[in-house]
Amino acid sequence: MKWPAMGYARAKSLAELWSALDAHGSAGQIIAGGQTLLATLAFRLSEPSTLIDITGIPELRGISVQGGALRLGALTLHADLCCDPLVKAHAPLLAAAAPLIAHPAIRNRGTIGGSLAYADPAAELPACVIALDATVITVSAKGERRVPAAAFFTDLLQTALEPQEIIAAVEFPLTKRLGAIEEIARRSGDYAMAGLAATLHLEAGRVIKPRLVYFGVGKIPVLAAAAAKALEGRSLDTASISAVQAALAEDLDPPQDLHGPPEMKRHLARVLTERVLQGFLREKVQAA
Amino acid sequence: MIPISLTVNGEKVVRHVEPRRHLIDFLRLDLGLTGSHAGCEHGVCGACTLRVNGKIMRGCLILAASLDGADVVTIEGISESGEVSDLQAAFVARNAAQCGFCTPGMVMTAAELLAEAGTPTRGEIREYLSGNYCRCTGYQAIVDAVEDTLRSRSAKP
Amino acid sequence: MNEITPASIGLSREDLPNSYIGRSVPRPNVPKLVQGRATYTDDVTLPRMLHAAFLRSPHAHAKFSAIDTARAKAVPGVFRVFTGHDLAKICDPWVATLDHLKGMKSAPQYPLPLNHATWQGEPIVAVVAESRAAAEDGVAALDIEFEALAAQTDMETALAAGTVVIHPELGDNLVFTRTAESGDVAAAFAAAHKVVEARFVTGRHTGVTLEPRSIIADYNPADETLTVYHSTQAPHMMQGVFAKQLRMKEGDVRVICKDVGGSFGIKVHVYPDEVAVAAMARIMGRPVKFVADRFESFVSDIHARDHRIKGRLAVDTEGRVLAFDIDDLTGIGPYSVYPRTSAIEGNQVVNLCGGPYDFKNYRCTTTVVLQNKTPTCQYRAVGHPIATAVTEGLMDLAAEALGMDPVELRRRNLIRDDAYPYTSPPGMRFEGLSHHASLNKLLEMVPLDRIRADQAEARQRGVYRGIGFASFIELTNPSPFMYGIGGARISAQDGCTVRMDPDGSIVASSGVTEQGQGTEAILAQIVAHGVGVPVNRVKIITGDTQTTPYGGGTWACRGAGIGGEAALQSAIALKQQILEVAGAMLQAAPETLDIAMGEITDKASGKPRMTLFELGRIVYFRGDTLPKDLQRELVQTRHFITKEYPFAFTNGIQASWVEVDPATGMVKLLEHWCVEDCGRVVNPMLVDEQVRGGIVQGIGGALYEHCVYDAEGNLLTTTLADYLVPMSAEMPEIHVGHVETPTRESLLGAKGAGEAGTAGAPAAIMNAINDALKPLNARVHEQPFTPERILRALGTIA
Repeated sequence: MKWPAMGYARAKSLAELWSALDAHGSAGQIIAGGQTLLATLAFRLSEPSTLIDITGIPELRGISVQGGALRLGALTLHADLCCDPLVKAHAPLLAAAAPLIAHPAIRNRGTIGGSLAYADPAAELPACVIALDATVITVSAKGERRVPAAAFFTDLLQTALEPQEIIAAVEFPLTKRLGAIEEIARRSGDYAMAGLAATLHLEAGRVIKPRLVYFGVGKIPVLAAAAAKALEGRSLDTASISAVQAALAEDLDPPQDLHGPPEMKRHLARVLTERVLQGFLREKVQAA
Repeated sequence: MIPISLTVNGEKVVRHVEPRRHLIDFLRLDLGLTGSHAGCEHGVCGACTLRVNGKIMRGCLILAASLDGADVVTIEGISESGEVSDLQAAFVARNAAQCGFCTPGMVMTAAELLAEAGTPTRGEIREYLSGNYCRCTGYQAIVDAVEDTLRSRSAKP
Repeated sequence: MNEITPASIGLSREDLPNSYIGRSVPRPNVPKLVQGRATYTDDVTLPRMLHAAFLRSPHAHAKFSAIDTARAKAVPGVFRVFTGHDLAKICDPWVATLDHLKGMKSAPQYPLPLNHATWQGEPIVAVVAESRAAAEDGVAALDIEFEALAAQTDMETALAAGTVVIHPELGDNLVFTRTAESGDVAAAFAAAHKVVEARFVTGRHTGVTLEPRSIIADYNPADETLTVYHSTQAPHMMQGVFAKQLRMKEGDVRVICKDVGGSFGIKVHVYPDEVAVAAMARIMGRPVKFVADRFESFVSDIHARDHRIKGRLAVDTEGRVLAFDIDDLTGIGPYSVYPRTSAIEGNQVVNLCGGPYDFKNYRCTTTVVLQNKTPTCQYRAVGHPIATAVTEGLMDLAAEALGMDPVELRRRNLIRDDAYPYTSPPGMRFEGLSHHASLNKLLEMVPLDRIRADQAEARQRGVYRGIGFASFIELTNPSPFMYGIGGARISAQDGCTVRMDPDGSIVASSGVTEQGQGTEAILAQIVAHGVGVPVNRVKIITGDTQTTPYGGGTWACRGAGIGGEAALQSAIALKQQILEVAGAMLQAAPETLDIAMGEITDKASGKPRMTLFELGRIVYFRGDTLPKDLQRELVQTRHFITKEYPFAFTNGIQASWVEVDPATGMVKLLEHWCVEDCGRVVNPMLVDEQVRGGIVQGIGGALYEHCVYDAEGNLLTTTLADYLVPMSAEMPEIHVGHVETPTRESLLGAKGAGEAGTAGAPAAIMNAINDALKPLNARVHEQPFTPERILRALGTIA
């Protein structure tokens, strides 16, 4: 279908953005890469609005290390995540996740800010930012806010963004940790039936601060608390992996979808848990 | 109507566009460039793949209004420039196009892969093309054509 | 680019004139495709052209009455709004039945229904506007009240007492039923050494042509003609349909096909929205364009293969097939689709089950019922993938029950290569097939010993791989026995007109059509071969009812076999005519002359005598120098129809090598092989590509594609993100081999090649998956073989 009639405005600076948002009120809809928004507009499910294009705002761009954190401007492209040297050095999980996102032509235009703001529960980046304990920097006319990634996703396709507030950047702590992402998708580039983005530290063979974030299995990416508790402080072995799998029953309450029933998603989450943690185990063995 | 001034296939284009016009309709309806195809208009099939500012994108997921100052290259432009004439010849030799509706998008995607450094395997070629739907060929001839082109390019001094 | 000369395909003068057939000549159509220079229907713009969009039923089943169009008409850019009643004034409804399908019934279908919506997605109201976007704005502003009715969605309950009868005037939801029975099935089962049985399901899926259905209808009131630019497989058939439904003379309707972006059977049917477009153009006297968008394609393109099949197979101690007993049930939506009908698919299942095998006792019933879902009809390989999956699934079950190798079981039962002519239990007559030669060829290609060793070794590591085989037959080159005898104006004959122009170039116009499969390329080869000119001197015209001989177009794999033979015969006739003229000019007996590479030669010595350019100059510009009574029409037309056999059957066998991940239920396709016998291969490269493309469509049905409905009849898979088509990353490398058993019905000897891949691939994959799962005691027979279904079969999930 053709997009519904709508307005369009370009903001070249944050100041222009605030006045555009003021002018359009609730009819104003932010657009960055548009790779999700424009696809959904073709369904003509939402009311016509004015799209406010933020891709020309320089403050939202850039990849840098500052203040002890890796800072990715909201307009950072998925394609940049694949190969930027700072991303590879400080958040290799993002570099690993990027090739899983759709296809090259989408990655060349889709942005990290857009992916987080859209908050698809099956998308890779929302899970990754939680796994990496990132902070979402939001900005509005009132100023900046810092929202921990784990608190950013509030419900299905809902975030902690206030009206007339946008994502400015995402900051990742420079902590060294193991990280991995695995997903089970019907075809390359599809949204996953289930996925897991995980990070943890291994100190003297013990798991410290594991963050297991499951995606495609709930209304939001799920930071599995019971699973983390089952793993914290234990050595990485078959027994602890089984304990984590068992604990997932408490963490996950997946919905039915076209791919299968909740039971299947729970099962796939357990499979992913084993695969990701076994992967860490192999890395540990290889490192030793 | 939004004023835009951009470059399409090396030519300066100045137009006023409706905000709801996507890039493919802009090219097809406003400029008469019908080589880019609208196969799904929701960003999945890849038939509308073209080049914006040097990178491939989905034309159906881009507002024409957002392209002020952009550099757009379509299948018509990349054909005239000769950049991928070897790839196109390989498509003909391998019968890598049947109905041809996906072909312009497929060529644009393959062109980006060819422009990147490295020598991808058949599996990597398949992966790179995996956002472009072809109903006719079963893909093998397309992979063959891309592989042939990579091989002949790397054989050249 | 890629100019095709004799030298470029390795032909020397000595090979000519008769060597284009059997050569991999590149298609002359491809350069324009790779450069974005093709012209599809949506690329055509006519003066004063308007655009149509449709309000489609949001309910699977509903009544509606009042349609308030006032708000829609007020939308900027909207020109007119049409309801079913508006169009019924000038357009008659149609009923899709065939007389030879005894007892078949269906309801009259209007371009837009009058008050009864019978599937979600059915076009209800049309809005015509200056742009497609404005037309959609108009649709959004239509006010229509639907009274939702209970929907009949489950085919299993379609005939149950108290069920919703979709068309009360029909009395029930039964469209058609047929049982074929031969031999003594009960006795055969009673005497059997082993009996195996299974319940198979083939998932409802659809064609997803990348170019959506597209049409521009242009009625000119001044000369009272309707010109339709149509992305269709069958322009002559559509000419007749538009004329009949719009009460026009057939000669006043012209259908033109520009480049067609894939069809696969999707574009050979009469769609109510397309007839509505023609009707609206007729009313307004202005061109109207309609290009389906992807969402409406999913709800309005025909679906196919919605079958549940219960099958039993009896074998003796030696593994000889004693009997097949099959019960097929299919739901076809609320209307049989015009004019081919929606009963043919089930009828094909009856005709084709057990097809490759030599056995006596057979019973197969198909029951075709109505449902409130998108209508189904013929899609690539109609019925074949269903019959092949049932037959080959049962054969593998029998092999397992017997403890016999599946290849050995097939070898013992395939019809012998010297057994022809042969008539199968349901009455299909085979002129000549090559099952054993094909199996042997396949086993030369498939490294079976290495694969079995690899399989055993992998199992030790908990990796589950499997290989599956599927023999198949395919019905091609149909005679009027398919549709014509049932009263449908669907041509089984086809014609070709070949002419020589003054410069010696050849133009051939044919009634078969180009959908991307390479029809024009093979016609050029055949004509070049027949006349004796370089193939690059031949131009082909297809897809225009006003300039091509009457023909059936593209369906049931007939382009090469029927259209190709017509082209060959007309080319040979033209050559004879040219040689008559040349003989007069050169004062030589025509039979002592030949044509090679566009030159008249002395047949015995091969010595050039005269160019066709020179011959053309004299005929067209200096006819005064030729004998007065010399026939000099350098144009010839021939038509061809098969006469001895109702169909030219082809055969083949496929093998699939897969890996199943029992933890996730995911299937990885490792490699795929196909040997097929389509008779004379005109262009090996194009045949290989037809087979590969067909296999991948079969893979789609086996693993990915599924039109999923909820219990209320709402289609849930309406985007390309939800309806999964095969993409390059997951597809295997496909190896294709050939055996050639030409049909003796024609000089060319070609049969069809376009559907074999699709016919056999799902069965081969199913058997490969079940071979992989064998150590885990799991089996799947319900397509698509999704992770969910495999995990259920494994007992991983309930």
